[in-house]
Amino acid sequence: MCSFHSPGDNFAMSDTSDNSLWQLITVRFKEYTREPEALFWSFGFPILLAIGLGIAFRSKPADIVHVAVVTGDARATTLADALKRDSGLAVTLLPPDSAAAALRTGRVALIVAPDSVGGVLYQYDDTRPDARTARLMVNDAVQRGAGRADRLPIADRHIHERGSRYIDFVVPGLLGMTIMGGGIWGLGFSIVDQRRRNLLKRLVATPMSRAQYLASYVISRLVLLALEAGVLLGAATALFGVPMRGSFVSISIIVVLSALAFGGIGLLIASRSKTIEGVSGLMNLSMLPMWVLSGVFFSSENFPQVVQPFIKALPLTATNDALRATLLRGVSLPGVAPQLAILATWMIVCFGIALKIFRWR
Amino acid sequence: MSDLSNPKHALFVRDLRKHYGSVRAVDGLDLAVAPGECFGLLGPNGAGKTTTIEICEGLLAPDSGDVELLGLRWDREERQLRERLGIQLQETQLADKLTVQETVRLFRSFYKKGRTVNDVIALVQLEEKRDARVGKLSGGQKQRLALACAIVGDPDLLFLDEPTTGLDPQSRRQLWSLITEFKSLGRTIMLTTHYMDEAEMLCDRVAIVDHGKVIALGTPEHLIRSLGAEHVVDFALLDESVSLDEPTLRGLDGVLAARPLAGGYELQVGALHRAVPALLALLAQRGLQLSRLATHSATLEDVFVSLTGRQLRDE
Repeated sequence: MCSFHSPGDNFAMSDTSDNSLWQLITVRFKEYTREPEALFWSFGFPILLAIGLGIAFRSKPADIVHVAVVTGDARATTLADALKRDSGLAVTLLPPDSAAAALRTGRVALIVAPDSVGGVLYQYDDTRPDARTARLMVNDAVQRGAGRADRLPIADRHIHERGSRYIDFVVPGLLGMTIMGGGIWGLGFSIVDQRRRNLLKRLVATPMSRAQYLASYVISRLVLLALEAGVLLGAATALFGVPMRGSFVSISIIVVLSALAFGGIGLLIASRSKTIEGVSGLMNLSMLPMWVLSGVFFSSENFPQVVQPFIKALPLTATNDALRATLLRGVSLPGVAPQLAILATWMIVCFGIALKIFRWR
Repeated sequence: MSDLSNPKHALFVRDLRKHYGSVRAVDGLDLAVAPGECFGLLGPNGAGKTTTIEICEGLLAPDSGDVELLGLRWDREERQLRERLGIQLQETQLADKLTVQETVRLFRSFYKKGRTVNDVIALVQLEEKRDARVGKLSGGQKQRLALACAIVGDPDLLFLDEPTTGLDPQSRRQLWSLITEFKSLGRTIMLTTHYMDEAEMLCDRVAIVDHGKVIALGTPEHLIRSLGAEHVVDFALLDESVSLDEPTLRGLDGVLAARPLAGGYELQVGALHRAVPALLALLAQRGLQLSRLATHSATLEDVFVSLTGRQLRDE
C-alpha cells in the first residue's frame, strides 16, 4: 500500500463529527452570517418596514377631518361656527386662493363656500374616501346649524378590535414577503454564484452527494426562516399587539410549506443560469407580480374579478391568505386547505422540474 | 495491496473525440499514463487540453472514445472513481467567506478516507493562513488551497489543469515543489500546461497537443533530442528591410535548421561554437549589423515551434 506519508501522519479514517451533510449546512450558515447585508435584509428590513407602516397607519383616537371655509361672504363665520360644534372637524377660514391650494395639496379634504343664493357649495375629490367622509360630516353640521333636527333618537358605542387594523393586515403580508424573498433569493442567488465561480463543478468533482448538497440549502433555509418568522412575529406582537389567534402548529405548518414552495421556485430559477445578471432578472420577474398582486400591502380583492382565479393561484397569495386567516381569525388548518394545496402543488412541480433540468456545472 | 497493482495504466484514453458546434476540440486523442507517472499535456491555449482533462475527470461526456482510470470506467463506477481522484480545475473560485481550514474540512467531509485537515494544510504550507478568509489570500495561496482540496481525499490519481497559470515566478516555483513532493510519494499525476518550463520541470512524459491531437509524445529529454539541435540562436538585423534567405542560413557551419520568427530569425544549432562565428562572418561580409542576438539550450518550446511553425504562447 503506497500511502502518502509525511511526519506525524496517522491517516485518520475520519473525524467522525465531520459528516458531509453537517459540513455543508454549517458552511451555508457561516457564509450567510458573514454577509451583514443579508442579515439586514432578512431580519432588519421587514421589522423596519412594519414599524414604518405601523406609525404611518396607526389608529388615531378618532380621525380629525380638516376642512376650509372660504372667507369673503358674511355667512362664512356663521358656517364656521356651526362646523366647529362637531369635534371631529378642524375648521380653517381661508381666502379662496389659499383654500384651493390647501385642497390641492391635501391639507384640507373639502372646501365649504357660501354661494350667492343662500346655499352652500362643497368642493372635494369624490374619489377620496376621507373627502367623502368630510362631505357627510360637514353637511350634517351645516344642516343642523340651519335648524334641522333628528327624527329618531340615536346612540353610539365605539369598539376597537385588534386584528382589523392596517398593521394587523400588513404583518402577515410582510411575513409572506420574507418567506418568498428568503426562498427565492436564498437558493437562487447562492447556487448561481457557486455555478458562476466554477465551485459547483468543483464540488461535483468530489464524491459529494448531490442530494445532500440540495438538502443543505433547504435545511439551512428552514432554520433561518424559523428565526426570521419568530423575530418578525415577536416584534409585531410586542410593538403593535398584532394578534396570534391560530395555533403555533398551524402557523408553523403554513410557514414551512410556504418556505418549501418558494425554495422550489428558487431552485427552479437557479437550475440553469450561469450568470448573476441572468438569475436576478428571473428572480425579479417571478417576484414582482406577486409583490403587486398577492396582497402584501393592500388586499388582492381590489383587482378585477376576472383575474382573481389567477391571483389566487399565486403562491404568495396562498401564503398571505392562509397566514391572515390563521393569525388574525384563528382559522384552523382544514380552513386553509385550498391554500395549502396550492402551495404543495407549487412545491412538487417546481422541485420536480428543477431536479430534472439542474445544471451541475 | 494497492488497487494500483491491478490495472496496467492509471489512465488510458483511446480515440477520444469531442466537438463544440463545428469546432473539433478533441480529435482522436490517445493517451496511456502509467501508475506513478507524472504526465503532462502541453499545448497552446485552445489545443483541447482542458476538454481532454475534463472528459478524463468525468465532468464532460465525450462524443466517442474510451476512457479508463485506475481500471474503472465512468459509466459503471463513478462513485468509486470520485473517491480515488483528486481534481484541480483550471478556474475555481472557492467561497470567499470561508477560512482556509473550513474549506479544507468541507472537502475532507466528502471522502470516506483521506488525510487529516491539519496535515493537508501543513503540506501546502498554509498553516499561518489557517484562519484567514479565502477572499483575502493571494493568487499563489489560493492555488495552494485548491491543491489542498484536491489531495485531501488522498487520491491515487491527481488531475491538475494549468496549476500555475497567472502566478508570479516565486509562487510557481513553490507550487512546483509541492507537486514534486506529491509525485515522490508514488501517486499518478496528469497535468496540463502551456508553459514548457513547467512541463520540463515536473513531467516524466509529455504529450504535445495541437488541434485536439497528440503531435509528439515522450520524455522531455527525448523530445528535445529529437530536434537534433542542442541550442537555438535567435537574432534580428538592425536594418529590417534586408532579408536573409533560409538556404544561406542553413548552409552555415553547425546550423541544422533556420526559419524567420518574430521579426528576426531562429537557427537550430548542433554546435554553438561553430555556428555563431559562421553567422557573424556572414553578416560582416554583407555589411549587416545585429539588433538582437541570443542563444539558449533547446527546450520543449522549440520542439513545438519545429512541429507547428507557431509558438506556444501564440493566442
